[in-house]
Amino acid sequence: MELTKELEDAIVAPGPQGFHPPSAAELGVLTPEKGHGLKFGHVVAEEQAMEAMARTMLTRKNATIFPGPLVLWNWNDHAADKAKAVLELAAQLPDVLVIPMPDYRPKYPKVEPEEVINPNHPNLTIWGNKIEACIFIGVHCHYANLTLKMIRAGTNCWTSAICAEQGHEDAMFTVRDSDAAKIRRVVAVFKRVREEMGIKLPENGENVRFTGLQSRVHGGLTHTNPLDFGLSVDPASGNAAAFGHKAEQMQSEA
Amino acid sequence: MSEGLETEVKTNPQGDPITSAPAPAPSTNGGRKDPHGAAKSQVEVSPEFMFNEAPREREFITGSECAKEAVRRSNVDMSVAYPITPQSETLQLIGVLYGEGYVKEFYRGEEEYGVMSAIAGASRAGVRAFTATAGPGTLRGLEPIVSWAGHRLPAVCMFTCRVVNAPLAIQPDNIEIAYLLNSGMLVFHAENQQDLFDFIMKGFIISEKNDVTLPVGVCCDGFFVTHARGYCAMPDKKYKLAGRDPYRGSVPVLDAENPPARLSRDAPVQKSNFMAYNIHAVWQQEVWAGVERSRKYIEQYMDGLLEAQDVDGADVLLIASGSAAAQSREAVRQCQERGIKAGLIKIRSLRPFPTNELRKLCTKAKLIVIPEFNYIGWLAKDVATAIYGFSKAKIVAGPHVYGGMSMPVEMITDEIECGLTGKKSNTVPPSAIMGVADPAAVAEFMKSI
Repeated sequence: MELTKELEDAIVAPGPQGFHPPSAAELGVLTPEKGHGLKFGHVVAEEQAMEAMARTMLTRKNATIFPGPLVLWNWNDHAADKAKAVLELAAQLPDVLVIPMPDYRPKYPKVEPEEVINPNHPNLTIWGNKIEACIFIGVHCHYANLTLKMIRAGTNCWTSAICAEQGHEDAMFTVRDSDAAKIRRVVAVFKRVREEMGIKLPENGENVRFTGLQSRVHGGLTHTNPLDFGLSVDPASGNAAAFGHKAEQMQSEA
Repeated sequence: MSEGLETEVKTNPQGDPITSAPAPAPSTNGGRKDPHGAAKSQVEVSPEFMFNEAPREREFITGSECAKEAVRRSNVDMSVAYPITPQSETLQLIGVLYGEGYVKEFYRGEEEYGVMSAIAGASRAGVRAFTATAGPGTLRGLEPIVSWAGHRLPAVCMFTCRVVNAPLAIQPDNIEIAYLLNSGMLVFHAENQQDLFDFIMKGFIISEKNDVTLPVGVCCDGFFVTHARGYCAMPDKKYKLAGRDPYRGSVPVLDAENPPARLSRDAPVQKSNFMAYNIHAVWQQEVWAGVERSRKYIEQYMDGLLEAQDVDGADVLLIASGSAAAQSREAVRQCQERGIKAGLIKIRSLRPFPTNELRKLCTKAKLIVIPEFNYIGWLAKDVATAIYGFSKAKIVAGPHVYGGMSMPVEMITDEIECGLTGKKSNTVPPSAIMGVADPAAVAEFMKSI
């Protein structure tokens, strides 16, 4: 790891931080105010945090997006739109992995750490795939915070959190209030940074790398185009909207 | 359901008429009225409007009635009751609110363990829940209470503190707060009826903030606050806070129809045979991180974790919470009349604790006196820990009264005089005085190690 001034000044520094490091809150780092993000524990303009995420995801090995239940499940129409925005984000990252966190239950008797990530032992997934950069998106805040703490303690993975609420101080980079519109702003920043860095995407658009199981499910293919995944959603199919979970509750910007 | 549960003339729990409350308007519906009519017509308002903008009118009512009026305006979905003095009247009055439709569900639990477990279930299912208990009830319910924070359950529980020890007594004593301080919940300590009203309502809002998602304990000293009347300024009861939005919490609500929730949502905590040691450790860190994040909301809604009065230039600071703050305020007044530069720091929030605020405020004090209504002096311990190295003041952990005793103001002023003059105290033992090490004794001790 190149030791830059930024890393020397980092409060929430990349790991491995040791056996049991203090939480970011114990270090005095709290979630950012509206319009701001966090970079290594320091409050920065939102755009700066997004750029840091982009550079990290474009340069470190085995960059991975970890989508959580809030974008994996059909809570309401806006959740589906956010899921599409996440796929658009994936489409900006060459050779990116997409490994889901579908729920928060410990996987018993055995987790498949190369295929899923779980907040109870996220380090296994990071180690198993040698992931050095990741983005969490759509994970309920409590579980995201557990996960981020454990990853910072035991792995060398640089973490980003795109949060629908107040952001995550235990991530190296975070932005808050991330509805579909905000995620698409992140996508635009990723596209700009990628182009500035001269990093090209495959011409056939197949930039997402399958995990072993994903490859088997898709007939042995190694890569896919994330924008080919159509998300057809039937709003009347018994989603949580029927119980009062409305799209407006997930929207902050648009 | 029967007609309105309250008689036409409103009374307080002792049966005295509340003359300041307007009489109900005569029915125009053929002699029948909807007992839930007033509740149904309540208007949802923002916390900012309710707390800062809505006009308020003063009533001279008991603390129990203040709690009732706070719950009336807080859009509470569920409350579970179990009687114990001095809390019983509060939940009796919440029962009246249930009859009037202000609280949607209400029942009497089997005992406090069941009550606190039911509150956990209600909160986990996504509704706004309220209960109250006291003394032995607090300790009986303590196991589920201390699991609330770990399960990230927003709720408000009022603790009307009383004696818990044997021999049994029902009198004021706030030792039970010592047990709550390390539970992971936010703990506020109300000085008077107004505080109780405000802290309960604000507690719901802070408790439900996504980055907090923790229970709030609103404590007050039993009888002094619950049974005594005081002035309480309240917004009109036509207003209520917006309801809880469970889908904005930091954990998914219990929803058997939709993943990823399931009945035993937090299995790793409950099945330690297949959890990593690490998960529980970071889980605890996360609970206390939530406590830290609540500071900004306490600043926003409660005007800060503490209130400082006449602190600038003060030689003597009294630091107190709850009813001891009221006694201390009078002690400060008497000291100032005698020319002693004295100030008061009233602590509203015990968790999170105003560590940084105290460090700044106590820098120049020569003497700090911490009166408390309990034997062990939990507040003095927290204060001394917080300001260690940031103040050279002598700290007097006392005076203390307990077991139902009242605290004469003279007890406090005497302690101030002893602290300033070096005169021997009649109430505080030398072991409770910190920061006055005898250099000769220290030198002797150092020779022996």
